[in-house]
Amino acid sequence: MSDQPIPTTAVPTNPEGKPAAKLRLRLEIERNPSGQGNPWWMTIVSIILALVFCGIFIALNGMNPITVYAKMLRGAFGTSFGFTETLVKAIPLLLCGLGVSIAYRISVWNIGAEGQFVIGAMAATAVTVYWPNLPAYAAIPTMIVLSIVAGGIWGLLTAIPKTHFQVNELITSLMLNYVALLALDYVVFGPWKDPQGFNFPGTPMFTETQSLPVLGDTRLHFGLVFAVIAIIVYAVMIRYTRWGYELRLIGANAEAARNAGIGIKKHILVVMLISGGLAGLAGMSEVSGVTHRLMYGISPGYGYTAIIVAWLARLNPIGLVISSVLFAGLIVGGYSVQTIGLPSSISEMIQGSILFFLIAGATIGKIRIKRSA
Amino acid sequence: MSEIPSVDMRSIVKTFGPVVANDQVDFTARTGEIHALLGENGAGKSTMMCMLSGVYRPTSGDIFIHGNKVKIKSPKDAMKQGIGMVFQNFRLVQTLTAAENIVLGERSSFWRGPGWMKNKQEEIEAIADRFGLPFPVDRPIWQLSVGEQQRVEIVKTLYRGADIIILDEPTSVLTPGEVEQLFYTLLHMKAEGKSVIMTTHKLKEVMAVSDRISVMRKGRMLHTLDKQETDERELARLMVGKEVAAIRPEASGRKPASGIMLDVKGLDVFADHGRKALDQLELRVQAGEIVGVAGVAGNGQRELAEVLTGLRSWKNGAITFAGGELKNGSVRGAIEAGIAHVPENRMKSGLAGSLGAVDNLLFKSYRSDERSTFGFLRSKSNKVWSQSLVEQFDVKTPDLDTPVRSLSGGNQQKLLFAREINQEPKLMVAVHPTQGLDVGATEGVHKLLHELRDKGSSVLLISEDLDEILQLADRILVIYGGRIVGEVSQTQADREQIGMWMAGMQGEEEAAG
Amino acid sequence: MDLFTQLLVAAVSSGTPLLFATLGGILIERSGIIQLGAEGLMLMGAVTACLTYLNTESLPITLLAVFAVCALLGVLHAFLTVTLHANQIVSGLAMTMFGSGFSAYLGKSVSGTPLPMSVPKLHLPWIENVPVIGDLFGRLDMLTWFSFLLVIVMHLFIHRTSWGLHMRAIGDNPSTADVMGIHVQAFRYGYVIVGSMLIGLAGADLLLVYSPTWIEGMTAGRGWIAVALIIFARWNPLRALFCAYFFGALDTLGFRIQLITSHIPPYFLKMIPYILTILVLMVLGYRNRNKPSGSPEALGVPYIREQRF
Repeated sequence: MSDQPIPTTAVPTNPEGKPAAKLRLRLEIERNPSGQGNPWWMTIVSIILALVFCGIFIALNGMNPITVYAKMLRGAFGTSFGFTETLVKAIPLLLCGLGVSIAYRISVWNIGAEGQFVIGAMAATAVTVYWPNLPAYAAIPTMIVLSIVAGGIWGLLTAIPKTHFQVNELITSLMLNYVALLALDYVVFGPWKDPQGFNFPGTPMFTETQSLPVLGDTRLHFGLVFAVIAIIVYAVMIRYTRWGYELRLIGANAEAARNAGIGIKKHILVVMLISGGLAGLAGMSEVSGVTHRLMYGISPGYGYTAIIVAWLARLNPIGLVISSVLFAGLIVGGYSVQTIGLPSSISEMIQGSILFFLIAGATIGKIRIKRSA
Repeated sequence: MSEIPSVDMRSIVKTFGPVVANDQVDFTARTGEIHALLGENGAGKSTMMCMLSGVYRPTSGDIFIHGNKVKIKSPKDAMKQGIGMVFQNFRLVQTLTAAENIVLGERSSFWRGPGWMKNKQEEIEAIADRFGLPFPVDRPIWQLSVGEQQRVEIVKTLYRGADIIILDEPTSVLTPGEVEQLFYTLLHMKAEGKSVIMTTHKLKEVMAVSDRISVMRKGRMLHTLDKQETDERELARLMVGKEVAAIRPEASGRKPASGIMLDVKGLDVFADHGRKALDQLELRVQAGEIVGVAGVAGNGQRELAEVLTGLRSWKNGAITFAGGELKNGSVRGAIEAGIAHVPENRMKSGLAGSLGAVDNLLFKSYRSDERSTFGFLRSKSNKVWSQSLVEQFDVKTPDLDTPVRSLSGGNQQKLLFAREINQEPKLMVAVHPTQGLDVGATEGVHKLLHELRDKGSSVLLISEDLDEILQLADRILVIYGGRIVGEVSQTQADREQIGMWMAGMQGEEEAAG
Repeated sequence: MDLFTQLLVAAVSSGTPLLFATLGGILIERSGIIQLGAEGLMLMGAVTACLTYLNTESLPITLLAVFAVCALLGVLHAFLTVTLHANQIVSGLAMTMFGSGFSAYLGKSVSGTPLPMSVPKLHLPWIENVPVIGDLFGRLDMLTWFSFLLVIVMHLFIHRTSWGLHMRAIGDNPSTADVMGIHVQAFRYGYVIVGSMLIGLAGADLLLVYSPTWIEGMTAGRGWIAVALIIFARWNPLRALFCAYFFGALDTLGFRIQLITSHIPPYFLKMIPYILTILVLMVLGYRNRNKPSGSPEALGVPYIREQRF
């Protein structure tokens, strides 16, 4: 409960309209690392400020930001096609966001969801490449299990250097992203390339038996069910189980947790296994449910966006659902403005600014104006 | 000639949010005197001195230095006024050398080649010699002993030309021998016409060295007395607010000490950077006794506590506890065997500040069948259980979900004790259990430890505060260089002898000779 | 030139951007602030350099523009982490994300356009004729010479000046530095800004010297490798020089091997720097498990004045 006073001098007017005698107001920042108590509207203010900020650059580019944003909004949520598309994009974001959230709970900064996603997608595809004739009841479960295992192992590759060699997980997980992406390039340009694909860097299309069932005649696939189940399990585990309590303790004070007999290293390994596994599952659901093939650039940065999704949600389960849909909308909206000549990277730019304003807002939200003599 | 005081603080008020740390405090110090500022922990002494040295700014009140009204907005301002402070927690950069630390605040000469540094080192050594403060100037701080580090701090203030020197609890980290040496230095500084202000809560030291004494209690200034006018008894009464009875509560229902509870044999333990911290340590604790481990910080106390609570593993030796072997390096093993732990720094390693009382109380028992089932916590019954513990131990908290960080130090410590005692431990390892607590809370902690002993548990009290150990422990061991070098029962305890042991001198032979 | 000399020359040219970024990072982290935004800053530096040069065709103006943009981003990072005490890791990630997105947005129109220029080279005739050394130092560009100079200046700055002493104190123990009358916050702002400018220069160097065509995401993780290099170099500029060239050599080694043999797919060769980064960090971590890492003690901890308890 320390506070840093930022003395500012203000001359407010009293009800009679006369300037009051010089009154000192103090801005104090309440320190609260858990982020609790930060008003929820701060999040919305941060998003709006980020949009205004990016709007300036859009305007400098000679476009009307309102028109652009309206078009993005319509593209993402305005039509039933757009909305389904948003939900389809929300599935990997939710799964990856959930994965990184679990890691962030114990302050393990996994930024490797991108690589874990790609590895999961590759593992699922490996099933279609090496056992093409498995029946549906065997193919889909094998793909699911393999993608989770592969993603989990990729996560462990980050966790083991951290627990046993004191290597910062930020760097490891990020380096492994590049390794995973290069491995993806290798298979889609090399051994797994579709021979009938006119040199397209991708595998042959999956068969019916290798594809996740879709809901009705939309593009919305069964991955949604995975995501919903995962989020419910997460919510229950975190709140009501011993394991969740242990994570809470480690997150709040790792040294105290050690004193309580909780093995931190073991938890880091387990958490990264789960974190990577969830991202791997997201990769599987993407290839098997959406693209129906593994191809170059399979992820438009889901793994990175997931970091902001988690941060925006403050690792809270319901928050994760809302923020992943929101960011999925941003991605879909970003595609829809390409038609008017804006690059889709605009959504990445907005994402970065939202994160900036969020962390600024997290502190500004705690500033209290105090009157001091 | 009416003398102008070197320091004159008038009607000082300092508040931290709703907490009033200093309430209308007046304080003066003269040139060429040693002035002791006496008070319990939390009496507001350090806050006063922090305002004089520019760390805090007074909420209201005036400060006059040599008769001139000044505004001290920063430590830099204080330095300009010739005020230097030696903090209880040294303000030294561990990776820099002693000399670099001393010249740190200096503005002159941007370029500092080897020649410049050599000149400065000679200059510093000259000051150190003059005041009898030897230390190696070119070694990084982390290689220096605590006593040497304090000397660096004192020389730093002298080097910067301070004539008002504040020392905050300077003796708390020193061996009795080093205390003697420090007092010699203080007298030397006084003779050179400097004002020395020393905050302390140790009456003996006050009487030994100071000229005048100001007593503070609960943020207020009570009296300023000449040493000749007063005695220890009066000062103690003023400081604590009541006549202190120097007796130990001897509960009637106390079980006599019986049977070996803890037996440590030939223990070798290595510290973090490969240094040998415990060297063939031998230690025995009986059931139903409080054993105090005295010693200067850094002689293996921390590692001893860590080994016993499973946080650190040992290389050679064996620990027998309650008739069985203790598992090496297993916190859970220690918890399950019945070893409780009150760590050195409760907020750093004992409690999770951002969590509420329930989560903090569950630390060690959440695995038990009463607290959880099939991996799920029994939330409802845990709440009821927590409520009963909070009431039983009189923890004052708005509700069970309030982050414990916002509780007072005393209530945090009560919560921690509630958790540990609820485990019905056979052995309690308590490290500095009353650090930073006020008098009432300290008494409460002492009472809890006594009750625990009286019920037949053992207590290993590790503390650098010799007074606390003398007051609480039935048997006193002295640790030096990772070994137990002396042992004495409470009734036969002799401060001087213990002091020699703490300083690593085998005083017995010398005394016998 | 024999193969070894060629490799050496290539190592220097591909190591220089890494060196600039590492030096910038050392400056920032020595003052106690974590900088994970290097990737974003380098991209912003590169795209700014590309756009300014295409419009002005002036190298000095280009460099000034790069410095200005990255200084601004540095102010942002400093404001969030120093003034608002925001999480330094997340602020860095935001910088990387924003930098990648914004640079792609800005550079869309010039993507793939080669720059009609080269950075002037310093011809030293008397050295050009010495074997090996002549090939290495005889025709280096100005920016590379500047990087040599910078290494020496930074080394002397850290160990031989009062500001360097202050910087070490701020990074290790800011509250002590504050008590000694050093403006912790102001210095941290300064170092974050200057360091960000250097990281931006790394991006500009990559574009102007190494591969003079703007492509979206052209840094390809070099910013992150620089973050790892800070740790390899143990926050020491002289070591940074060798570490950067070592990684530069690895980068080019991939191409060389590809020319010699076509048996190894290029993708695997490109993985080498990333995997090696992890392995080296693991070896260092294992070797230093009982030693202080040399990392500034207060790295990542916001400094809050007048902290009670």
